[in-house]
Amino acid sequence: MTRKTVLFAALLVAASLPQIGRSAVEVPSLAEAAGRYAITPGSSIAFSVDQVGGGGIRGRFREFSGTFNLKAGDLSHSMVNFELKPESVTTGQDRIDAFLRSGAVFDSDHYDTISFRSNRVQQTGPDSARITGTLTAKGHSMSESFDVKLTAWTGRKIAFDVSGRIFRSRYAMDVGTPIYSNVVQFDMMIEGLRS
Amino acid sequence: MRRPADRYDPLTIFLHWLIAALILGLIVLGFVMTMPSLDPTLQFSLFQWHKSFGMLALLLAVVRSVHSLIRVRVMPVAGMSRLEHLAARGMHHVLLALAIAIPLAGWLIASASPLEIPTFAFNLIVIPHLPVPKSDAAEAWWTTVHAVLAYSTLALVFLHSGAALYHHYRRHDDVLTRMVGARRRTLETSVRETRS
Repeated sequence: MTRKTVLFAALLVAASLPQIGRSAVEVPSLAEAAGRYAITPGSSIAFSVDQVGGGGIRGRFREFSGTFNLKAGDLSHSMVNFELKPESVTTGQDRIDAFLRSGAVFDSDHYDTISFRSNRVQQTGPDSARITGTLTAKGHSMSESFDVKLTAWTGRKIAFDVSGRIFRSRYAMDVGTPIYSNVVQFDMMIEGLRS
Repeated sequence: MRRPADRYDPLTIFLHWLIAALILGLIVLGFVMTMPSLDPTLQFSLFQWHKSFGMLALLLAVVRSVHSLIRVRVMPVAGMSRLEHLAARGMHHVLLALAIAIPLAGWLIASASPLEIPTFAFNLIVIPHLPVPKSDAAEAWWTTVHAVLAYSTLALVFLHSGAALYHHYRRHDDVLTRMVGARRRTLETSVRETRS
């Protein structure tokens, strides 16, 4: 269910002054990083759902797209738009994939896109931010938040780790609870190419 | 206090009917839940109920088996030939063995499946998978075994209950009534015969 959007991270990056804080990545100034980015196919949209007794389902979405816009001097108004195709879900098990695409979960025949549109970005550290926006899946729109951390910056490319926890019951996808957790953990790597 | 050897004790009677109801219900549920046109959400739920009740059936069948080993043996009703008695006992043993084998085969399906869907009995207890290699082929094999055993059992249950009804309506003996815990039928029969 859902994905998240990621891009905000960018903002955080930008907002912070290079000399403040310690980050694994050299944090660019907002002015340097400002601009519009397209999410590259090299990004990774992975998720996991725990199950009772240990283990769980791990999967990813292969088809997605999005853009983000880092606003110089105004990180909080940076924007992220992201969408993915639930039909492209893959877990390594065809039967599980088919079940996820079915009406029990994504119902991808009727809802072919899951989207996220940010409406607020809060910087939480020199290289991190929290992005809040509207996640729409299976006809349900809910406010969700994702944590973003800058992981790479080359001037042309920027990358973030994005994580978030989504309650699938909010999107009428709670089949299998409590055997499978109601929480879907997203762990994404979002790479943006300046456009 | 001694139990008469020609009657079943209440626990045997209770387990007999409870296991019978569980197995028949599980066969119906097993048939319905594998229909291809089923809504996937409902299907998932029905499978989990099937697994929960199947584990309960397995537990009760094991209890019944242990109990049958330690209880006083029940004498055959009067008028049965040795061959009839042996056939009846053989059927009882086979049915009890199947009552254990069928859920065990079902447990092996869940255990061998690469999907690794947990068995969370009644959403209360996680039943661990049996330590068997996982593969689609192993899952398919145990699925076939499970179904063949289940539908064979259904056929045997018809024979078993047909025989009980035959004893009740044709022989007018105690074979059926003593398994429902009723008073001995020979008394009624004697009264009826005396009146006629």
